[in-house]
Formats: sequence, C-alpha cells, structure tokens
Amino acid sequence: MSEGKQNRFLPYLREDRLPHIFCPGCGNGAIINAFLAAMEKAEMDFDNIAMVSGIGCSSRIPGYLNCDSLHTTHGRALSFATGLKTANKDLDVVVFTGDGDAASIGGNHLIHAARRNINLTVICINNNIYGMTGGQISPTSPKGSFGTTAPYGNQDAPFKLAELVAAAGATYSARWTTVQIENLVTSIKDGLKNPGFSFIEVATQCPTYFGRKNKLKTPTAMAAVMKANTVFKSAADRMRPKELEGKIVVGEFANTQRDEFTENVDKISVEKFGKRTLINSAYETEL
Amino acid sequence: MRTEIRICGFGGQGIILAGIILGKSASLFDGKEAVQTQSYGPEARGGASKCEVVISDTKVDYPKVQSPDILVAMSNEALIKYIVDLKDNGTLIVDPGTTDVEDVKDYIEEHNIKVYEAPATKTATDEIGLKIVANIVMVGAITKITGVISKEAAIKAIEVSVPAGTEEKNISAFEAGYALAE
Amino acid sequence: MAEEFFIQGNEACAKGAIAAGCRFFAGYPITPSTEVAETLARELPKVGGSFVQMEDEIASAGAIIGASWGGAKAMTATSGPGISLMQENIGYAFMSETPIVIVDVQRGSPSTAQPTMAAQGDMMQARWGSHGDYEPIALSPSSVQEFFDFTIKAFNLAEQYRVPVFVMADEVIGHMREKIIVDDDIEIVARVRPEKSDDYLPFENIENGTTPMPAFGDGFNIHVTGLTHDERGYPDTNTPETHDKLIQRICDKVLNNRDKICSVRSENCDDADIVLVSYGAPVRSVVEAVNKTDKKVGYIKIDTPWPFPEEQIKELTANASDVIVVEMNLGQMYYEVDRVVKDKNVHLLGVIGGLLPTPDEILEKIDEIGGN
Repeated sequence: MSEGKQNRFLPYLREDRLPHIFCPGCGNGAIINAFLAAMEKAEMDFDNIAMVSGIGCSSRIPGYLNCDSLHTTHGRALSFATGLKTANKDLDVVVFTGDGDAASIGGNHLIHAARRNINLTVICINNNIYGMTGGQISPTSPKGSFGTTAPYGNQDAPFKLAELVAAAGATYSARWTTVQIENLVTSIKDGLKNPGFSFIEVATQCPTYFGRKNKLKTPTAMAAVMKANTVFKSAADRMRPKELEGKIVVGEFANTQRDEFTENVDKISVEKFGKRTLINSAYETEL
Repeated sequence: MRTEIRICGFGGQGIILAGIILGKSASLFDGKEAVQTQSYGPEARGGASKCEVVISDTKVDYPKVQSPDILVAMSNEALIKYIVDLKDNGTLIVDPGTTDVEDVKDYIEEHNIKVYEAPATKTATDEIGLKIVANIVMVGAITKITGVISKEAAIKAIEVSVPAGTEEKNISAFEAGYALAE
Repeated sequence: MAEEFFIQGNEACAKGAIAAGCRFFAGYPITPSTEVAETLARELPKVGGSFVQMEDEIASAGAIIGASWGGAKAMTATSGPGISLMQENIGYAFMSETPIVIVDVQRGSPSTAQPTMAAQGDMMQARWGSHGDYEPIALSPSSVQEFFDFTIKAFNLAEQYRVPVFVMADEVIGHMREKIIVDDDIEIVARVRPEKSDDYLPFENIENGTTPMPAFGDGFNIHVTGLTHDERGYPDTNTPETHDKLIQRICDKVLNNRDKICSVRSENCDDADIVLVSYGAPVRSVVEAVNKTDKKVGYIKIDTPWPFPEEQIKELTANASDVIVVEMNLGQMYYEVDRVVKDKNVHLLGVIGGLLPTPDEILEKIDEIGGN
C-alpha cells in the first residue's frame, strides 16, 4: 500500500494484530472508522481511552485498537466497565458490544448501567444475529427473520435497544445504521462528550449469517434494504405502529443531563469526609 | 472457668446489645476471653430474641452455649422455652414484669436453680423514664448478681456501645439495675 | 499502638480489607455475608474508597475485576448462591491474572437452603467452581481475629501472585463477636508497576510466574482477554503450545510456591494415634475435644485449604493410625485428606444441618474409632 493511500486511522491500531477476523462486507470496519473520526472530532485524548467489551464479533474491536482494552466475559462488559470507571473516573471508558452481548445475556447490566447514568460510551453493534457462533437469532432479530435456531422464522418480537436504554435512564441514546456514517460520527462524538451513560446503537449488516439466512446475499443488498427501511425519528413520531413494522427508526432517543454515578460516589467521600476517591491506590503501601 | 450465659426475650428489648455489652466488658475491659453469638433465623424477626455469651479466664474454643450457667429471661415465652437447658444449680434472672416464674416452678425446684427477680422494665420506666433502657438495667442486675463482669468494665463497655449522647441515661439505667440486686 | 475491638467476624473482614488497602467493593446483598458489604458501604468513603451495590453477583465479580485493572485493590463478599453466579468471572480473573479477593461466608446449601445457618459446602466450588484448569488460593478463618488477618493475607497473596484469592468463612465465624487486636504495623503487599520499556510483556512466561501489572491509563496499552493469549495478551486460540504454556504457568505460579503459601497449625500430632483435621469454625470444637480427651489425639487446623497442604498433612499424620476429618458438609476436604494419606484409616465426621459440630460429637467419634 502506498503512503498516500494509508488509512489515516492506522496509527490508532495495533498493527501487529492485523489482519483482523471480520468477514468481507462486515460493518465493523466502517464503525471503527466512525468511532475514530468521532473521537478526533470530540478532541478526545486517545491515550486516555480504555475500552471494554464482552463476547461476540463486535467485542473483538478493542483488541485491534492500541489502547488499554479489557475483553471480558459474555454479556458482562458493562459490569467490568462500571468497576474500571469507578476505580478511575479520569479514564474515558468506551464499551463495544453487540445485540446478543448487550441485550440478551447482558440485558440486566445494560438497564442498570443506564439507570446509574455512569459515564460510559457504549457502541452497540446490532446485526440482528449471533455471528461468532454461526447465525442464531438474537433478541433484536426481526419477527419472521431466519437463523439457524429459527429455521421456520423467528416468532419473538425484537427489543428496540435505543428506546429501551433511554427508558432505563441513559442521558444519551441514539440509533443509526452503517449507511448513515455522518450521523453516526456525530452521535458517537456527542456520546463521548456526554458526561453520563451514552448508548449508540448501530444497525449493521452481517452478510455472512443474517444475509445468507435471509436471502440478502451481498453487503450491498443488505445496505440497500437497510436504507430503504430507515425512517427518521421525527417522521416516525407521526407514523402509526402498523406503518413502522419492519422499519429502522434512526435518530436520538435521549439527550439530557442528570447526576452521574462516579461523581456521586466521589461526592459522598468529599462532602462527608473531605476525602477524594483515590486513584491507583493498589500501588501504595501507605494510604 | 467457663461461664455460659443466655439472655432471651422479645425482639426490640435490646437483648442482643445486652449480650454484646457483657462480651465487650469481659474481653476488652476485664482481661478475660468472650464470645457472643445470637440466633439469626426467622425466629429473630419479630417474636423472640436470643443472645448468648461465653466468658472464660482462658481461650474460648467451642463458641456456642450448650447448657447455660446463667439464664436471663425477659419474656415468659422465652423463659418456658429455654429453662430446660439451664444447668443444675444454675442462676435464673427474670424480669417479673414480663415473666412468671410460677410457670417453671417445678424445674427450678428439681434442678436447684437460684432465682433472682430484677424488675428491669418497671425500673427503666419508673426511674429512668425510658422503657427502652430495660436491657441496660438488666445488665446492671446481671453484673451485681453474677459477678461475671466487673462494674467498672460494664460501665466502660456501655459508654462505647450505646448511641452517642445517650451515655448518661444508660449509665443511670445500669446503676439502677445494679442497685436492684443489692 | 495496637487497638482492640469486640466485633462480628463480618465486620472484622471489612476492617481487614481496608487495612490491606482495599479501596473498591462491589457486592449484592446475601445472608450471611451482608454485614461485610454494610460495613464497607459505611467505611470505604471515609478512606477514599468506592462502594458499589451491583445488580447481581455476576456483575459484582465483573466490577471488582474491572476495578482491579483500574488500579484499585478490590473485593466482593457473598455466600453460596452468589459464589455459584460469580464462577464464570472468577475463571476470567484466573485467566487474565487479575488480583481480586472473594469472601464466601458459607451457609447451608445447595440452592438457597439455610441462609442463616452455617456450612462448609462451597469448598470444592472454590477449588473447581469455574471451568478448566487453574490453581486457587483459599484461606479459612476459625476466629474473628483470623477473619481480619486472613482478609489481609488474601489481598497480599492476590497481589503477590496476581490471582483471585478466596476467604472461605462460614456463618459461625461471620456472625459471632470476639475480640480482635489490630496492630499498627500490618504488612501490606503493594502492586508493582512495570518499568516502561518496549519489551514489556504483561503475561510474560517468567520463572516465578508473576509479572508486574500496570493499571489502565498507565500508558502500557495492554490487551486483557479471557481467550488463550500469548505473552503480549493477544488472543491465540488455536495453537496448542500457546494454551499449554499459559495454563501451565498460571497453575505453576501457585503450585511452585506451595511452601510459601500453605499454612497449617497443629498440636499433639507427633505421638497421636488419631489426628483430627479441620478448618474454619469446626476447628473450635476440635480443639475443645482434643483438650478434653485423655487419649492420644492431635489435630491439624488447615489455614489454607487451597492449595491443599499435602506435605504438611502427610508429615503430621505420619505416626497416626487414624485420621478424622471434621467438616460441615458430607465430605469435601475429606477426599483430599484421603488422597494424600492413603495408608491411614481416614474417617469423616461430616455434620450438616447448620449447627457447629459439638465437642461431644467429636469425642464420640474418637471413642468409636478407639485409639489409646
């Protein structure tokens, strides 16, 4: 690759970990780019970012980025992130997760992290399917869609994650798709800057599993369908439920301010005992 | 020497605190060894309350009370339930306001139990004006009757065990209880 | 100057944690361990520490691992049902070599069983509860003082070997009150920050097995994963040698240091016909029984059930004909003892139901076996 064509985000990557494991046509690459662009736009210090993830394709992203990264157990990223952020609230903690990781096995942690309004930025990559394990339906799989565990079509109603998290108390929640990168970048930037729980759901294509199981064989076909089904929240607010069936509503679902969790923890120490929460105390013998 | 004490009564009478004060007095201020245990089961919610203390000159290995040398009963239900564990020639201290020793007369006679009546609830109400310090009145009576802890140690233990600002009332309650048995 | 307190075991544990430098606690209410959380909720803010009540025990285990990488000594406390829920993340802590302390105040089990009664039914869960091969360290206190001391020791061992350490208490020790003496010169093992260098490997295969651990934010940009990883921390899940080398090292760093970690206390074992073996609260009954009997009976108190003190048990039972394991389950450490003293008659006095075995029950068992 010539100098001029080198991806401008390459300095942020662990080059010794490449090539990555993502399939051709996967949305993860575009989302990594969107995240790094948003981080630059937010004028964040990359060296101060710590990433946490669970299990799944999306949770592999932090492993390719050259920052401290904690690749944890399935569904539990937010609980690890809660400990990390509380122990050192000066860190900018970003969580990469997916629909199965965040909403199925980790659903309880998701709503409680939102309830606490802990200052984490969560990028939830929603491909409506379990990719890592080979195409099983997830809690966001549309009704009627196919997966290896739904050979006759999914009978369950999907979660609407951005709305769920907003209802649980997040101060920032938004949904975009991989065909609206500019909006996505802006939302991630806003999420990074929001001093509270920020949740950015990205509807994305998984051509390998969702596409193959649902007669959408190419990434472009998936992108086209996604684009055709997208409705902006402002328009969706005026539509009837029947009209919204099968649509992906994009936009912001929460953008507000309230007390943040780690600030509250620190406040108790400061206000009641005149003592700031210690950072890196494990390295000290005298406390 | 190992002395096993069981204090029992209703929930809310401060039975547990009375036991803690005995244990604290012995171990922190009398130079003895002590272990305090209590029941945590459903019986500890509402109804009955039971607290046990083992006090010894030497290390207390087995920490539980099996057959008490001293039984302190602040409710009739507890008196009837626990009298049967009391050792022969043991000491029974009851609050006559909340118990009736007539109900356990046979056991007392058969096992040669020494019975002391300490009207802790009445004393707390009449002399201190606070029914809730009946437990501390009882600690005073136990101290005087059994000598299992010293008066000085008991006062020090009360001072560090009761809520700040209530020390004086509680010491008065202790003194009133101590005087009951004189 | 040393200070004296007459407090509950669970309070002593919390006090020990703070003395050891614990500045992060995450937990979920569960009897009979709740007083540990309640005490730390009150005390941690006074010393610049954080207390978080999580949504469940799974999250509690996750949060303390996150906090540990965030640079804090971190602990949780729970009982049987909670320990069951934590197991996957505990396995993650072994794999990622994260120092944490897990306190288990054991109660009647399995399932919810007897929340307010004592048992020692989780001993094998501390050993094998998470999937796969690993070598845990566990300490069992027999007094309120030891609950304080062993909690400190647990933090020190966790830092020294970069492992999760269990404090396997029980309802008796958790709830009873006794005097503890708190010395003012408590030995604390601080975490060691690595030197900044290009060839720093966070999971290096070094001889004693324990590499210095940086905190997130220190600038090392490390990757921590539960997947099989190389010395850099990078996943390498399909190379048999990588897995073998990693897991061997994770086990060896504890096994090769058994002589430093294992601890027992014993009396009268040299010329005893019968040796009693116990740990945790039942030790109290065992000591009382040994003091009462006029037969040639000695006892071994195991301070560290894991790693199992094989050598010490073998040596101390060398002259005995019979060994009785006294524990509050239907036989857990019994099988470990039986495994290492194959040539003796190993008996079990396993008491369940929630009450501490009485000295009389132990004396009866001694009579039943005979001895001189």
